[in-house]
Amino acid sequence: MPLMPKDQGLYEARREHDACGIGAVVNISGEKDHLIIQYSKEILLNLHHRGAASADNVTGDGAGVLSQIPHAFFKSETKKLGFDLPDPGLYGVGMVFGAKDKKLRKECDKLLEKAIKHYGMKVLGWREVPVSAECLGEIALSAEPSIRQIFVDGGSFDHDAMERQLFMSRKRAERLVLEAFGEAAHDFYVTSLSCKTICYKGMFMAWQLFAYYPDINDERFTSALAIVHQRYSTNTFPNWRLAQPFRCIAHNGEINTLSGNRNCTRMREKRIECKTFSKDLSDLLPILTPGGSDSACFDNMLELLHLGGRSMPHSLMMMIPEAFGPKYHISTDKRAFYEYHASMMEPWDGPAAMVFTDGRLLGGTLDRNGLRPCRYTVTTDGLVILASETGVVEFPPEKVRTRGRLQPGKMFLVDTEEGRIITDNEIKGKVARQKPYRRWLNENHIELKGLFDTPELVEGTPETLAARMRMFGYTREELRMLLLPMAVNGQEPVGSMGNDTPLAVLSDKPKLLYNYFKQLFAQVTNPPIDPLREGLVMSLMSFTGKKLNVLDETPEHCRQLKLPHPVLTNEDIARLRGVQRDNYKVETIQAVFEIDEEDPTLGLETALDRLLNDAEHAILEKDASLIIVSDKTAGPGLAPIPALLAVSALHHSLIEKGLRGEAGLILETGEAREVQHFCLLCGFGANGVNPYIVFESLNHMQQQGDIPQTMEASQIASNYIAAIKKGILKTMSKMGISTLRSYFNAQLFEAIGIDKNVIDKYFTGTSSRIGGIGLEQIAADIRTRYREAYSPRKPGSLELDFGGDYHYRIDGERHLWNPTTVSKLQHAVYYEDQKAYDDYAESINNQAKEICTLRGLFMLKPSEPIPIEEVEPASEIVKRFCTGAMSHGSISKEAHECMAIAMNRLGGMSNTGEGGEDPVRYTLEPNGDSKNSAIKQIASARFGVTINYLAHGREIQIKMAQGAKPGEGGQLPGHKVSQEIARLRYSTPGVTLISPPPHHDIYSIEDLAQLIYDLKCSNPEAKVSVKLVSEVGVGTIAAGVSKGNADEVLISGHDGGTGASPQSSIKHAGCPWEVGIAETQQVLVMNKLRDRVRVQVDGQLRTGRDVVIGALLGAEQFGFGTSALVCMGCTLLRKCHEGACTYGIATQDPELRKRFAGKPEYIERFFYFIAEEARRIMAQLGFRKFNEMVGCVDKLRMQDAIDHYKARGLDYSLIFHQPKADKPSELYNSSKQAYHLKDHMDWGIIEKAKATFESKQKVSIDLPIKNTDRTIGTILSNRLVKKFGPDGLEDDTITINLSGSAGQSLGAFLIKGVTLKLIGDSNDYLGKGLSGGRIIVETPFGSPFLAHENIIVGNTLLYGATRGEVFINGMAGERFCVRNSGATAVVEGVGDHGCEYMTGGLVVVLGQTGCNFAAGMSGGIAYVLDELQLFDTLCNLDMVDLESVWRQEDKDLMYNLIQKHEKLTRSSRARRILDAWPDMVGRFVKVIPIDYRKALERMRAKEDRDTDSTPATEEVFNG
Amino acid sequence: MAKTKGFLDYKRQKVAYRPVDQRVGDFQEIEIPLTPDAINQQAARCADCGIPFCHSNSGCPIANRIPEFNDLVYRGRWKEACENLHSTNNFPEITGRVCPAPCETACTMAVNDEPVLIRHIEFQIVERGFAEGWIVPLIPEAKTGKKVAVIGSGPAGLAVAQQLARVGHDITVFEKDDKPGGLLRYGIPDFKLEKWVIDRRIQQMEAEGVKFQTGVEVGVDISGNYLHKMFDAVCLTMGAGQPRDLTVSGRGYDNIHFAMDFLSMQNRLNSGEAINQDKLITAHDKDVVVIGGGDTGSDCVGTSRRQGARSITQIEILPQPPETCPPDTPWPQWPRTMRTSSSHEEGCDRRWSVTTKSISGVGTRVHHLNCCQVDWQKKTDRQWDIRDVPNSEFELKADLVLLAMGFLHPVHEGLIEAFDLKLDRQGNVAVNDYQTSVPWVFSAGDTVSGASLIVRAIDAGRKAADAVDQYLRQ
Repeated sequence: MPLMPKDQGLYEARREHDACGIGAVVNISGEKDHLIIQYSKEILLNLHHRGAASADNVTGDGAGVLSQIPHAFFKSETKKLGFDLPDPGLYGVGMVFGAKDKKLRKECDKLLEKAIKHYGMKVLGWREVPVSAECLGEIALSAEPSIRQIFVDGGSFDHDAMERQLFMSRKRAERLVLEAFGEAAHDFYVTSLSCKTICYKGMFMAWQLFAYYPDINDERFTSALAIVHQRYSTNTFPNWRLAQPFRCIAHNGEINTLSGNRNCTRMREKRIECKTFSKDLSDLLPILTPGGSDSACFDNMLELLHLGGRSMPHSLMMMIPEAFGPKYHISTDKRAFYEYHASMMEPWDGPAAMVFTDGRLLGGTLDRNGLRPCRYTVTTDGLVILASETGVVEFPPEKVRTRGRLQPGKMFLVDTEEGRIITDNEIKGKVARQKPYRRWLNENHIELKGLFDTPELVEGTPETLAARMRMFGYTREELRMLLLPMAVNGQEPVGSMGNDTPLAVLSDKPKLLYNYFKQLFAQVTNPPIDPLREGLVMSLMSFTGKKLNVLDETPEHCRQLKLPHPVLTNEDIARLRGVQRDNYKVETIQAVFEIDEEDPTLGLETALDRLLNDAEHAILEKDASLIIVSDKTAGPGLAPIPALLAVSALHHSLIEKGLRGEAGLILETGEAREVQHFCLLCGFGANGVNPYIVFESLNHMQQQGDIPQTMEASQIASNYIAAIKKGILKTMSKMGISTLRSYFNAQLFEAIGIDKNVIDKYFTGTSSRIGGIGLEQIAADIRTRYREAYSPRKPGSLELDFGGDYHYRIDGERHLWNPTTVSKLQHAVYYEDQKAYDDYAESINNQAKEICTLRGLFMLKPSEPIPIEEVEPASEIVKRFCTGAMSHGSISKEAHECMAIAMNRLGGMSNTGEGGEDPVRYTLEPNGDSKNSAIKQIASARFGVTINYLAHGREIQIKMAQGAKPGEGGQLPGHKVSQEIARLRYSTPGVTLISPPPHHDIYSIEDLAQLIYDLKCSNPEAKVSVKLVSEVGVGTIAAGVSKGNADEVLISGHDGGTGASPQSSIKHAGCPWEVGIAETQQVLVMNKLRDRVRVQVDGQLRTGRDVVIGALLGAEQFGFGTSALVCMGCTLLRKCHEGACTYGIATQDPELRKRFAGKPEYIERFFYFIAEEARRIMAQLGFRKFNEMVGCVDKLRMQDAIDHYKARGLDYSLIFHQPKADKPSELYNSSKQAYHLKDHMDWGIIEKAKATFESKQKVSIDLPIKNTDRTIGTILSNRLVKKFGPDGLEDDTITINLSGSAGQSLGAFLIKGVTLKLIGDSNDYLGKGLSGGRIIVETPFGSPFLAHENIIVGNTLLYGATRGEVFINGMAGERFCVRNSGATAVVEGVGDHGCEYMTGGLVVVLGQTGCNFAAGMSGGIAYVLDELQLFDTLCNLDMVDLESVWRQEDKDLMYNLIQKHEKLTRSSRARRILDAWPDMVGRFVKVIPIDYRKALERMRAKEDRDTDSTPATEEVFNG
Repeated sequence: MAKTKGFLDYKRQKVAYRPVDQRVGDFQEIEIPLTPDAINQQAARCADCGIPFCHSNSGCPIANRIPEFNDLVYRGRWKEACENLHSTNNFPEITGRVCPAPCETACTMAVNDEPVLIRHIEFQIVERGFAEGWIVPLIPEAKTGKKVAVIGSGPAGLAVAQQLARVGHDITVFEKDDKPGGLLRYGIPDFKLEKWVIDRRIQQMEAEGVKFQTGVEVGVDISGNYLHKMFDAVCLTMGAGQPRDLTVSGRGYDNIHFAMDFLSMQNRLNSGEAINQDKLITAHDKDVVVIGGGDTGSDCVGTSRRQGARSITQIEILPQPPETCPPDTPWPQWPRTMRTSSSHEEGCDRRWSVTTKSISGVGTRVHHLNCCQVDWQKKTDRQWDIRDVPNSEFELKADLVLLAMGFLHPVHEGLIEAFDLKLDRQGNVAVNDYQTSVPWVFSAGDTVSGASLIVRAIDAGRKAADAVDQYLRQ
């Protein structure tokens, strides 16, 4: 079979992601039945929409089933083959994929047999597995392996021992095959080899699994349990082995921490020993099978821990610990259990719903964030169905005993031998007390007295401070713009606009190594998490010291130093040095060297070698448990080794030698100061960092008067540390990682501009795709800084240089936006001055001497030119242009409308940004101009997203990430929310608006596909685009997005603009678009997915040459943000985040808005200039049509003879890699996505509601519904809003009675006048974006359970709802009413994070709530029934107050609502409350946001006059 | 940043002059410094731009770190402001008084509001610095033993000398006049720059080791060869002394003088230098015509007024500039707009588009100018056609004619000829990074660039010093 493509071009195979639907079914009694398999089939078929198909539309990404061994079936089958099976449990079965090539297959089989014999067992025989390949798609078929089963006699081994021997033999065989045949034997894969379970899987769509394997349709194929999985992979490369389930699990989600887990696992390998396995453990290594997916690796580790002696639940608790921070109510023993295990295993973190089995137990567990859905149903006849969705198997209501969901961090277990369901508490209580973990922890973990006490600012040696600061590259600007705000406010500072300075590798200035690394971040396939509102799941705590054998547990395992966070003060370091203990020794090694003026490289190299030796010596000779790596002795004569280089080099070399687990590494460095520095140091192996110069310079700054004298030293230091801690949390959260323990060592960075040799030697495993500097240049930069420090200064000069990275300075860093380019561009567009434009374009394009961007080094290959007249006219080309997504809010009304008018005149597209749009703009102006933005953006807060808004877009853009701050949300402070802004965003003036980091309906790629489906329903005529930010792997994600049916992918560069972002995000997150767009093109073409999507690029595009280069790399549409602003008058004051734009652009201040002087003509001229420039270049290159140019990377080459000392090392060959395409039309958007809406239920409804459309008549429609019927009511709403406008119809004009289990997004964007009444239950996202409609969910009559104790609807309901009503007769899952801004809801219980980020509306909860209720809630009101009087412990009180309900108006409001609820849903709960109303009303608490109350009070007092004049800005805009 | 939206809270406040009737009675400086509170507010107007155009090629030629010192002044941290200012500018007390402040026209606030009062803030910083004693000699720790001669003590020469002395070289400045300062001392009237200001700076330089040899004209009093023998390097900074002359009939009459002769005369009188009464030029009781509409012409107007001229007329060949920024010099460029100097306020008749056809006299003395109006027509984008307007001839009564028509290039006689230096097309000394065609001879300032702003001369002096220093260290 063809191999998975290897890394090629910019594509890296390890960046692949997958996600999916999972399910499990079990007979609690343990009775085996073929029915179980049939149920599993039904589950799988009903989850098919969570999977995806490849370019051929027939090949699935993978599906499989894992069940118990069907003894009777095998017994009779093997008999036919002539061998007899022993009794059940005494033999094992292996399911073996092999090569089609018989000879090779036989060789591999032989090795497997040998391995089995090696472990003392006997091979009974082989069985050819019957298959029907005709059902397969072309792509799957191309990779189809031969599939055979092997039967093994366990001989004298008992059940458990045999399982271990089988495991060892499998590992041995894998190793032997790899050694013998290498890649050639890629097909050899043992799906399962066990005496308990067997797994049938392959590259299928759901239905194909059962069609392909007749075995599993056989009546004799019985099992008491089964796990199924449907995969959705970003790629379409044929790969059978990555289908799931694996040997123990099926996983839905993504392990974000994988690279850290991989590295940590390597650290552990040398220490592994185990009594129960044989003595020689070399067969076990590597623990993680190379090339495995995240889920496969997880399975490897789990299998090892489990077979190594821990129970399955115990192993899972180690790998996916629930959050055990102080905010959680958990037992002391359990907390101790988690803490004890934290010292030996880092969490495998990320969105994860896992179902697992060992053949006896079947269970499910959920990650701490609860980011994946997992619903279960227990029937009255003892069956449990567990799946990503409810309704996958239909049961009559009276047969359902309970319905529930897995809660974040919780486990659900069925023991088929004991024949019962075991609750989370019982499982975990038992495990947590099986050893005295609490006592072990208390007696062994190391606490240093005084460590992490109140910090002080040390004076140090002020005389030499300035010189040392120069040596470490400090600048005045850094002190003022970074350190100062951190010290004073305890916050990382915010900046605005994008980044227009050169990449570190292109800069003439010596740059610290940190600047060569770009942070990775989560987008689409896994969500960022919210460090602010959901911070309770996060932790910076870690243990450091000697790491012992992970397969064992002893009191000594936790004899480690506990660090609550990784930032150490100067006092802490002193205290650490003072430790004198026999069992915990601390050694210091020096990371400094004498500069060899002749050959600085040599000096550095020798110094690194010496450093490694010293560390080894400290461990082996001095038995150090902790090594302090220090550059404190650097000064005259001694230069520091760059801290990052030192720590990473040490870390990797110690891993290599198997010593890394022996000691912790603490860094004492003058270099670290920014958030990015700490993140990199921890990510590359430092356990703690002491930035000693920071504390000295803060002291100095206070003496100088930068920091107020009134601040206490300890306060300043604490603030700084707090700012760094928040920054680290934020950076971790961008990757969706919750704990520092799993961020440590994870290397979640991409290098831009570092040579491969340096990476391989010192930063092993990091992506670095364009080459760059070597040790020589690193050393040269050290020398330059050293000379700066210790050579005489120019007379009169200041102690430090300014820097100029953030603000332009003549002697500072280069900026592409500078006085010349800004003023030339403005002259060009104001006065229609071609000469000025040419000057402008020239100074941007010609970077021969002053390189700023990667494309600055591109050259266009000379070709046969054509006359310019033959080139497509500019009026066509301008239609490919868009303006950036800047919200009205981030910029003023005037500026926003100016751009819209200009783009509509051109036929291009402007973008609403995330802030809604005034419906007034949908009407044409008297002169024919239109202010309607063609692109309607929808971002995480869903501000202003209504059915009306969506229906008026030509394109709907889902913003997954933003160039300036990928992985982050935003905040619009209350005093900036003017009345106008509040109106458009459906919020309250003066109340803070927050955009969460993730879209709460996209935690995984199949979720994105669902949102795309929702949006297509909301406007079937519009295109849906997905905005991504360039990073390694973005191409893979783009492929996944394309498979999710998006019409367009937008790739943003890292340097894009913003109204407000943390400085470290502006500078350090994401990659240049050149790399991103090239990777996207390559991967899409490789997967044959390119033609069906349009590709857009943006991020500091400025000229026609930029457009041509973008096109040659693969883009066909182009976004311009900052340059459009410059055309309207912006001169980059970089004051957007303060609302102080003197040009009336990025401000809401009426005084400043009056100054706005931009005109649509300026923007029109700009785009014509650009288009004409592009045409000139096209003529030179010989392209007549723009489409011909797309993807022709062969027209590009790299500038030769680069004499820049750093840029010399760059190598663009991967960017210029051209993937194979069969025809030119495969290189650009030449076709369409398949139309998936045709089977939608709404078409029928619209047909039946004809009378309503004609004469507003009332209609009532009855329909059955299944979980595969998704997004019901949305197409209907689209048609209604188009016909009747945003206010729809009278309530209940169209009533649709549904019965059954509804699919996701029931009633999304439902318009006023439509009522959906569901009898049954529903999946996630019910009422998403509700726009006035009414949804009622009623528990079916005859259900034996109490409605309010059962989960009837899924997670994330009413997300971004603006108006309407919802009544739910039962409990809802996590994040109920998240970002609701106007809808009313009554529900009988909710999960964690209820009412999160709510900005308006009304919620009544008639039952229990989970934790973190009301986090980030800035508006609206919730009434919660608090019968246990514990609600305040579950509520996040940061922004809300709790009140008792005493006002009569509150009481009346509630009474009426509950009464209505009772009437509409026949809720017995509501009935009971109403019956005892005088008693019950006192048990309610009212949750009201503090700011909101103030705003309401102001409104009541009619004091809101002045809020109209308050400005709003700070938010998202891109360019 | 000084203050968020400070520019909305405070308007630009002009620096006031002493009342006209009072100030024309003396030669003392006419500006009345703003109060500390007012200065604080003016500094608060700075927006601390991401791209500070004030600190750019369109703005301050010497790249003063304007946003930074504005912020420091706003925060009352004057000493640091003073250090910051001196890190780019050796003589802010001069530029703070007489710079035309291109920084202000380039200020982003000038786009749709009024610019920050940058020049005066600079003035206040440096004066506060002197008053507080923060400006002290920067004496080098070690001497290099290298000797450099600086020829001419204008702003460029002084800057070269100071920068080089501070890194330890032995510097001798040769000045042909009695006191150092060049045009600063002899060209700029006292009412704009009182001369103690220069003396104060010279004192600092002397303390830093700079030796001044005044009254010595190199090339006349001492030879080029002597310099070569005695010094390791020479830097020529004698300015662009060759004035543009009027070549019409009647130029030979008495009482037609170059502006610089007239202005320096008054400055010598003010400082009590001995003047040969025969050569005295005075406007007292005369009808004065100043030819040339620039700053030098304006200085002639103010000086004539103070000397008691009967009437003063200033004529300019270019048309009257518009009041607002014209589109051919949009922001942030230096706009050709109508500017009214303090001297104009003191009374003078300004006429535009006027050319002098000939001069008539009575006896040896000038009597009147024969002028006519001209018309400017745009020929191409950057070329103009100039024509006399038919029948527009008129006479201008004149007892004293002052020629303020700019300068051509440095005086070639003397050193330039002695060293046989290469010249550029304009007749200025040709240099490559301030090094002339003779390796050990450097040059900077107007000598290289032609007549320009003081602030450019200081900048050039600083850069030339770097070049000389590098040369000496090789």
